[in-house]
Amino acid sequence: MTDFTKLPAEERARLYWRENLRLITTLIVIWFMVSYVPVLLVNQLNNIVIGGFPLGYYMGSQGSLVVFVVLIFYYAFAMNRLDQKYGLGDRDR
Amino acid sequence: MAVSPSSSAQSVFRNKMARYYGLFTIGFLIVSTIMLLLEVFAGVPTQIIGWVFLLLTMALYATIGIISRTKLLDEYYVAGRNVPAVFNGMATGADWMSAASFISMAGTLFLIGYDGLAYIMGWTGGYVLLALLFAPYLRKFGQYTIPDFVGARFGGNTARIVAAICAIIVSLTYVTAQVVGVGLIMQRFIGVDFRLGVVIGLSGVLVCSFLGGMKAVTWTQVAQYIILITAYLIPVTFLSIQLTGFPIPQLSYGQALQNIVRLEQEQGLSKTTESPAVPGKFVTSGYIPPFNEGLSNASARAAVNQINNQFGSSLTPPEAITIPDAKRPELGDWRGTPWNFLALMACLMLGTAGLPHILIRFYTVPSVRESRLSVGWSLFFIFLLYFTAPAYAAFSRWNILENVVGKQVSELPAWTEQWGRNGLIAIRDFKAIDGVALGKQPSWVKNLEKSGAVVIEDANGNGVIDLGPFEKVDDKTGRAGEISGTAVTEKSIDGIVQYGEIGTPTAGTIDGDLVVLSAPDIAGLPFTIGALVAAGGLAAALSTADGLLVVIASAVAHDIYFRTINPKASLQTRIMLGKSMIVVAAVIAALLALPRLALIAQMVAWAFSMAAATFFPIVLLGIFWRRANGPGAIAGMIGGLVVTIFYMAMNYTNPAFNVLGISHLGSGIFGLPVAIILVVVVSLMTKAPPREIQELVDNLRNPITDDETMAKYGSKGAAQAH
Repeated sequence: MTDFTKLPAEERARLYWRENLRLITTLIVIWFMVSYVPVLLVNQLNNIVIGGFPLGYYMGSQGSLVVFVVLIFYYAFAMNRLDQKYGLGDRDR
Repeated sequence: MAVSPSSSAQSVFRNKMARYYGLFTIGFLIVSTIMLLLEVFAGVPTQIIGWVFLLLTMALYATIGIISRTKLLDEYYVAGRNVPAVFNGMATGADWMSAASFISMAGTLFLIGYDGLAYIMGWTGGYVLLALLFAPYLRKFGQYTIPDFVGARFGGNTARIVAAICAIIVSLTYVTAQVVGVGLIMQRFIGVDFRLGVVIGLSGVLVCSFLGGMKAVTWTQVAQYIILITAYLIPVTFLSIQLTGFPIPQLSYGQALQNIVRLEQEQGLSKTTESPAVPGKFVTSGYIPPFNEGLSNASARAAVNQINNQFGSSLTPPEAITIPDAKRPELGDWRGTPWNFLALMACLMLGTAGLPHILIRFYTVPSVRESRLSVGWSLFFIFLLYFTAPAYAAFSRWNILENVVGKQVSELPAWTEQWGRNGLIAIRDFKAIDGVALGKQPSWVKNLEKSGAVVIEDANGNGVIDLGPFEKVDDKTGRAGEISGTAVTEKSIDGIVQYGEIGTPTAGTIDGDLVVLSAPDIAGLPFTIGALVAAGGLAAALSTADGLLVVIASAVAHDIYFRTINPKASLQTRIMLGKSMIVVAAVIAALLALPRLALIAQMVAWAFSMAAATFFPIVLLGIFWRRANGPGAIAGMIGGLVVTIFYMAMNYTNPAFNVLGISHLGSGIFGLPVAIILVVVVSLMTKAPPREIQELVDNLRNPITDDETMAKYGSKGAAQAH
């Protein structure tokens, strides 16, 4: 396994940034899927009722919000791991 | 020096603050319980309870302000950059959630159902963008303000000044709306005059932000968050227990939704009707069915009339237009399409991520790592309120459809009368004035008389209004004894409350603020809980106002004066100027707030579109596109702003001007692509940014916190700040 912390600084920065962009893109796609897409499909989703909640309404009022919170904490967690992988954490200064 | 404290010192500090605020929370709950017991068992008058809550919380904020007073620049502008992620999250929550979030959001959902969810998703979804695209890089940059970033990244004072002016305009309208909120809460709960309320509220803000700047504001906001979230959650929890027997309203309001669906069908409020303008197009009304709001310029007309009344001007209001309109089928009918909803939601999200008073909060954490976590905590704390607002709205609507609609005017629950006195609700059925002495009729009747919709003539001369059986005068007007006019119909005199008869003294719909403010009374809770809600609303308004005043002060004192006019200014001068700017901004906001113009609330809504089309694309491209340069940024900001304001002004006055039925609130969706294209095209046509700025971008992308190196970029050409 490559030790990424030993790579030359420029190479490290490039690879780190590429992984970061990939992560950001993935999370933004999920963000879009839980907020914009359910709005487009709201009438179909409203036919599904769970616990009294029509699903289309639920996604707008609470469902998407839960995913938003999880996405941000996941990003913080994943980026801390990425910082360490490339030796770019605050302890590595 | 702004050195990030070592992580062990950080965790000691964090634990100490956690202990303080833990004790504070317990203390606050104990005091509230004592007040509750005093009210219930000792019969302490409600007026006194209201004052105690008000003065106690204001004294608390002032105390935190005095303890945190400072003469250090880093503490004054960025709270010393040592706010732990969790506490910055709470402070951001309070900073973000304004009087509008606390009081009005549930009301909006109550009134317009699904369509109001654009605000719920918009004002939370923006934090994902903030976390992924902005916060870590802005924290890496450090410095003091957002114009600082724009100035350093796009190399020059022009970009900085344009950004500073945008920040001042946005923040000043926003803070004015908060001041109006403070005055209204004081008026409703303490019974003081609106003006006096504004003065008391503002002095509270000033003690805190004047002495301690961002440091005091931050730690006050933490306390304000605790108060506002407690106040928001308690009444709705009791409502949920009473209505469903289950103490978690966020999960149990599904039952309320089902009852709303049933009652709306029984009362004919949810029905599918053919569009008056487009044959063959069907739209379903009601709480759950989406996209059933039409377009109109009623608010523009009201705003112009209000200005004429207040200032004696004689501006002509625009001609009334509603879409759909059976008489003007060429205007179409955009109901049933998601475009307006999506545009509004997108603008709210992008605007949230681009608002300066939120962005600067991420300068106050110790490191890049903490900044990422801090956005998570921010959204979590905001989420607690936004996740609950739909429950508030649903329980209220269920309650009103079940216990008010269809009931006799004489048998309404006590809270309707109580809140009627505050002008938030009026049951507009004429049965209520049968036998009432002439001149004693309620104000909604007087307002109808003024508009000519009702005429009262005391035919038998007994000095009392006597209603009789309904008779039709012609197609439009009716008569019932001594009252006649277009507002007199068979239903409006029958003494049974229709949904359409629940309004306010001046309007045909309820004031949405009622939903949160009256919840304690609807649940039959003691006044102490009502006072707690008032304290929460006040905390929400004051905390937002505090954060905004710091932005305005720093834009003037730091960006315009220090960075542009006099880079040699001493530390002392800069802090003194910052402090006096806070006072000046507060006084201007108070003066703007006094006429209580509806236009101000409108401008706050527009601020999101403007931020979405200016700050958002500039900061985004500044971080993610190395080639973006100064001329591109300036062209983008100006172009985005011009297109947004153009669509806004056109559609606001004349809704027939629209693209895909998108209203003025979503106008940023047109400005944003223009801004992006301009940044790209103009940047490519002009010289690439100098080497030094490309280095700055590389540095931003490196997550190792290093404030000394970054300070060089920020203060290029200016005196060393520290």
